[in-house]
Amino acid sequence: MHSSWYLAALLVVPLLGALGALAAARTRDGAYRVAVGASVVELALSLVVAFLYDPHVPGAHTLDFATRHVLAAPFGLAYDVGLDGISLLLVVLTSLVLCLALLGARERRREPAFVAWMLVLTACTMGSFLAQDGLEFFVFFELTLVPSYFIVAEWGGAERARAALKFFVYTFTGSAALLVGLIYLAVAHQNQVGGPLTFAFSALAATTLSHGTAVWLFVAFAVAFAVKSPIWPLHTWSPLAYAEAPTGGSIELSALLAKLGSYGLLRLAVGLVPLALVDVRPVLLTLAVIGVLYGSFVACATPDLKRLVAYSSVAQMGFVTLGVMSGSAIATEGALLLMFNHGVITAGFFLLIGFIERRRASYQIGDLTGLQGPAPVLAALFTVVMMASIGLPGLSGFVSEYLILIGTFATHAWWAAFATLGVLASAAYLLWAFQRVFHGRAQGPNEHLEDARPAERWVMVPVVVLVVALGVFPQPVLNRIAPSVNQLVAHEISAVHP
Amino acid sequence: MSLTVPSIHYLALLPVLTTFGAAVVLMVMSALAPRPLRPAASLAVVLATCVAVVVEAAVQWSYVADHGATTTVAHAVVLDGFAVVGTVAVAVALGLSALVVFDWGARARVLGAEVPVLALASSAGALLMVQANDLIVVFLGLETLSLGLYVLAGFDRHRTGSSEAALKYFLLGGFASAIFIYGAALVYGATGSTNLSSIAYFLGTNVVLRPGLLYAGGALLLVGFGFKVAAAPFHQWSPDVYQGSPTPVTGMMASIVKVGAFLALVRVLVSALGTQLDTWRPILYALVIATCVVGAVLGLAQRDVKRLLAYSSINQAGFMLLGVWTGSASGAAGTLFYVLTYAPVVVATFAVVTLVGGVGDSRHAIDGYRGLARRQPWLGGALVVLLLSQLGAPLTVGFYAKYAVLSATLASGGGALALVALLSAAIAAAFYLRWVMVLVAEDAEDGAERVAVPRATGLAILAGVAVALVFGVWPGPVAAWAQHATLLFLP
Repeated sequence: MHSSWYLAALLVVPLLGALGALAAARTRDGAYRVAVGASVVELALSLVVAFLYDPHVPGAHTLDFATRHVLAAPFGLAYDVGLDGISLLLVVLTSLVLCLALLGARERRREPAFVAWMLVLTACTMGSFLAQDGLEFFVFFELTLVPSYFIVAEWGGAERARAALKFFVYTFTGSAALLVGLIYLAVAHQNQVGGPLTFAFSALAATTLSHGTAVWLFVAFAVAFAVKSPIWPLHTWSPLAYAEAPTGGSIELSALLAKLGSYGLLRLAVGLVPLALVDVRPVLLTLAVIGVLYGSFVACATPDLKRLVAYSSVAQMGFVTLGVMSGSAIATEGALLLMFNHGVITAGFFLLIGFIERRRASYQIGDLTGLQGPAPVLAALFTVVMMASIGLPGLSGFVSEYLILIGTFATHAWWAAFATLGVLASAAYLLWAFQRVFHGRAQGPNEHLEDARPAERWVMVPVVVLVVALGVFPQPVLNRIAPSVNQLVAHEISAVHP
Repeated sequence: MSLTVPSIHYLALLPVLTTFGAAVVLMVMSALAPRPLRPAASLAVVLATCVAVVVEAAVQWSYVADHGATTTVAHAVVLDGFAVVGTVAVAVALGLSALVVFDWGARARVLGAEVPVLALASSAGALLMVQANDLIVVFLGLETLSLGLYVLAGFDRHRTGSSEAALKYFLLGGFASAIFIYGAALVYGATGSTNLSSIAYFLGTNVVLRPGLLYAGGALLLVGFGFKVAAAPFHQWSPDVYQGSPTPVTGMMASIVKVGAFLALVRVLVSALGTQLDTWRPILYALVIATCVVGAVLGLAQRDVKRLLAYSSINQAGFMLLGVWTGSASGAAGTLFYVLTYAPVVVATFAVVTLVGGVGDSRHAIDGYRGLARRQPWLGGALVVLLLSQLGAPLTVGFYAKYAVLSATLASGGGALALVALLSAAIAAAFYLRWVMVLVAEDAEDGAERVAVPRATGLAILAGVAVALVFGVWPGPVAAWAQHATLLFLP
């Protein structure tokens, strides 16, 4: 077992970076430099942790770096962190997305408060993925709302006030159900075993529940995570928030915070109350498939690029939900991989849209045409990201969608069959958008559009590398996450078929 | 006939005596002094009193920890852990309010010692309430607390709103007190005593065959308390009175009154009427839902920040009632933790409102806060933290306060009630956040002047923010203290 200080460092580095950024506010670009420095350290640290991770520590149930300290005994509040295969990719994604958002969305670099909020948001997200305790998870999960609220409210577009409020109230309402469910479960556990109140995942998972209670708890958890994910029909805050947020905020919201939803669904809902799956599985699978199809069809009709990516995210997160709920280890691995890939791909999309917006002050598809002529490199980068999102074999999107579909076919064939239609639809809306924006004759301001600058090209390098590398050679990553996934699915199966 | 004088344990009465004594001393000083008393002198007296009360509470705590809870003055006053924590809460709220009143008085030219004297007297009433073990003593405390506040509410004589608030508060408060004392009389009729322990003993050892009188008395007591804590449907006075009263006084109403009334309510319901749990719990169930929902929903429509905070404190009162509803030790600890941490936060919030309100105490439209956090990051940021704490965001103490009562509620099987309360908090989040949005996101109008932050008020705000953040990160000791205090609760 490795030292838990690595994980503490992952939580503290962004916070120190935020303080440093505020302290360096007076020097020109000082805050931005400190923030980028902190984010690079964080990325390096998360990669080190990912390489060191050992899934086979004896008696640790695939956890590594674990520790537990009770902070406030009457509340059952504890600092309990650990890393397993389910968190592994998301921890790396968190620090990677921060780096991309800071380096790529540079128009806010002068504002220390903005970069400080981004760093705080990273710390909160990191905490959610590392927490091995329900209450601690909830605190971090809920805390992500505050920085993201301020990022949208202070630096967003024209309708930022409405977008930020809608985002906050939606998510806060969802979390109300989550908190009540968590406390209920912890109290039930305390009544069964005695001893002090505890929220440790390992303890809560062992609670004996009646079938009806399990269903209610699952629903309470699922509501919170469905809002965050977003899963149809609770997705309605997301297009507005993604579109109104500044580029860096859109990247954090869609590439990262959305993953908190599906992660929570897997870790808390499926992990803690698997007994409910007998009843709720068909419902959630159906919602996932509806999300895939609905997101794809609405994406065809959206007039602007940010909303297009937002609806495409609804569709992609539908695939993730399908994998998480499928009850198959392969599909669950695929879902975890897709969370990572979708994060990288969406970050790439929003970066490119940000580049276009900076030049044209618009992301309406109608304003843009024929950009391929003046900006071939930009078009090429967009093509790579788009192809990965469509799921072209050889790129990362294909591997994860393929794993999800093949796993789900084995357990729930009909749902997988309908979801496959979504793959086709994604090709349709993305290619059509690409055609309208990049093909044709450039006229007016589009004619002299500047191509990607060196700095912009460098930012996209990690995106392209990851998209290709995980498309060609995903096996090492899958090997690292497999033990945890297998353990979770085994727990799930033993609960459903005792 | 001979009159036996009950033995008096002076340690138990010390905080009340100190506070009353300070009020008297200050009044005499101001009457005898050749020149009007300097405001700084009155402030010093009040702060010294608060420090003395906190020290006395510490001594009381060590006594209770060693010797257990005890009663004195013929069992009318109780000394237990619960009362000690309540005493500290009142002292802290009084001290912070005095700091705000000091600067407000200097600016509004209210220079006499009357306001500090009345504040001390009201606080003494609250201190008596948290220690009361007899319905008559509860009533005494309640009246002492209220009488001071009736006058304070009308202290801003230049504004008609202030007189209106005072009259409204006085008339409705007078009715509520009458209802309360009538309830006490009926409970006496049904059980033969006004002493809480005796009532509990009587109800525990006798079967009440015709409980009509008892139920009627209990219901009237609840109405009286409901009025004082502004629980729906007895909340109607509070937005008008909050809006009209001088803002620092509003802060006292939201803090000191809530501490005194809620702790006395816990004693009456849990300790005296604990055997009737199944009768009063359904009533409180309805009260909690009404209070939470009314506070959250009507708060959405407010454009005046003092009215908004009035509805906000109604919503908070719903959560405090939640802890009472459980009727359990952990619920009482939750309510205790809630009032203990809510009091400094709400006083600090009203301190900011006092400053922004300006000289005439009149600029309370939410639009007056446009861009405050951009112009004055420290003041605006402090208000944001205080609002987030009332909203219940994690890493602020408000989150743990809500968490404490919710976990007690769920442990008592109130899943649906907890969910309704928490959903009301989500609705309330909308109005807190709209305010936050005005603070951070919108650019100031041209010519918006800087809000000056005097030192004393600044200190009060800082203290409120410190409570919100420090105990938000590290709630363990306070939570343990509240829980321990409830274990030392007189059965």
